[in-house]
Amino acid sequence: MEIFELSVSGLLDAYRNGSLSPVDAIDALEARINAVDPAVQAYLARDFSAAREAAAQADVSLPLGGVPVGIKDVINVIGEQCTAGSRILESYRAPYDATVIVKLRAAGAIPFGRLNMDEFAMGSSTENSAYQLTRNPWDLSRIPGGSSGGSAAAVAAQEAFATLGSDTGGSIRQPAALCGCVGLKPSYGRVSRYGLVAYASSLDQIGPFTKTTRDAALLLNAIAGKDPRDSTSLDRPVDDATALLGKDLTGLKLGIPKEYFVDGMDAQVREAVEVAIRQCESLGAELVEISLPHTECAVGVYYIVATAEASANLARFDGVRYGHRAADPKNLLDHYKRSREEGFGSEVKRRIILGTYVLSSGYYDAYYLHAQKVRTLMRKDFTDAFEKVDAIICPTSPDLAFRLGERTDDPLKMYLADIFTIAANLAGICGISVPCGFGVAEGTPRLPIGLQFLGKSFDEPRLLQIAHAYEQSTPWHKEFPTVPSGPA
Amino acid sequence: MPESNLDVRYVANLARIDLSDDEVSRFQNQLSNVLAYVEQLKSIDVTGVDAAAHAHPVFNVFREDEPKPSLEKSAALKNAPHAANGLIMVTKVVE
Repeated sequence: MEIFELSVSGLLDAYRNGSLSPVDAIDALEARINAVDPAVQAYLARDFSAAREAAAQADVSLPLGGVPVGIKDVINVIGEQCTAGSRILESYRAPYDATVIVKLRAAGAIPFGRLNMDEFAMGSSTENSAYQLTRNPWDLSRIPGGSSGGSAAAVAAQEAFATLGSDTGGSIRQPAALCGCVGLKPSYGRVSRYGLVAYASSLDQIGPFTKTTRDAALLLNAIAGKDPRDSTSLDRPVDDATALLGKDLTGLKLGIPKEYFVDGMDAQVREAVEVAIRQCESLGAELVEISLPHTECAVGVYYIVATAEASANLARFDGVRYGHRAADPKNLLDHYKRSREEGFGSEVKRRIILGTYVLSSGYYDAYYLHAQKVRTLMRKDFTDAFEKVDAIICPTSPDLAFRLGERTDDPLKMYLADIFTIAANLAGICGISVPCGFGVAEGTPRLPIGLQFLGKSFDEPRLLQIAHAYEQSTPWHKEFPTVPSGPA
Repeated sequence: MPESNLDVRYVANLARIDLSDDEVSRFQNQLSNVLAYVEQLKSIDVTGVDAAAHAHPVFNVFREDEPKPSLEKSAALKNAPHAANGLIMVTKVVE
């Protein structure tokens, strides 16, 4: 087995039995990135010499000692770029570490590289990056999903052992599904958002991309917990996320929401998920049909709530304290308007305008307040469901990875790519996507399909137990694409 | 929910973003489609339902008001597009 093929747990085992050093891992990573990233283009920046220095001093007795972790370019790492995929932050350098980075370092991990993303995490394909197109390692003519497309593609192409992303409406789980890796969105409040460039503050959550569910648990253990710098991080005990791994599914109830098997979804996705559901049943889980009646409201509520919050959050990009400033402004209004016109891309402008509109006088009650009330009903759907079941099983994405450029002119169609992931953010619950098979699309023999498990808030150990039991009974997590060397 | 009469140019001014004529017409079209889609929400009866601003409502999260070290001035100024004499320079506010 090549070093770059190791999981995080495999890497740690090899460090601890002395067969490998963290510097060896960085060397292997460098060779792999140089071979495959010209085609995949997941990384916006990377500094091998800094990583090698950190690796040389790594304490491998720590929980993630010497493990390089790729970082979505929206999380501040001191001294490094943090563009959020936007021109407006092109010259910005992070003056501090985000709390997740402080915690990763405390666990011995090495934050490494900056991964491509949709601008300000707004998108489902990573095509909204102002810098480059990241490609799906299974088919370089297709999108990796988004917004954390770089984080997902890097793990799938084995040019990262693990990465961090952020999930506001599915931006971890959807790209994980389309690239064929594991993506975990923790419960809202489980992980500090301090140092994450804010998109929609009531929905954003940082989480890991990994090759295995065990690795996801290890990373969650490192980054979870109350942070005095984020008042929305909750003061709840951090249970060991690996504690229940290896326990079987006997006695657990899995809910199948009928609203998540809809007309219009890819038939191959439906079939793969149905096979996965039967697999869970054969592992001892009891299947329960449930209903989440307000599922069809999810996309509508999301695009009101998220854009409203974004319009307020992105008001900070005023060209004064940081970020792009237009040259020779005529006056202050011109300074603001041109700095933002020049700095933001189309999708960001579109969402700021929608968000400003739904919050504006005369429309606030009809759009924003109404959407928040529907959000309450959606939360209640889940509360009711979790009285009957331990977790919910459903597809992650209704589609296989689509072609680059296929949906860029139709925002609404792009938004509907998130239909199965958005509700978890609105309700604040945790969710994970794990590979559950492959579909065939025109010209592409193998495109990954993701299976999603949704769990109660702060019930990550249970969620991971279920996902792990499924994963270990199937071959899907062992499959990786053959990525050509050199540019696509 | 009212019929949307979104005026992209007016809202862009509220949001302090200049838009080209092309962007105005494109966004007008695309966002009208999005607003037509969200109209489906109006069929949901929300009588007596509280608004959810957050997934887990928490209120009055306080910490001790103790002075602590924070970002050095030089670090804070490093990203300013225009800084001089230890200050961030801004566009003239008063004519």
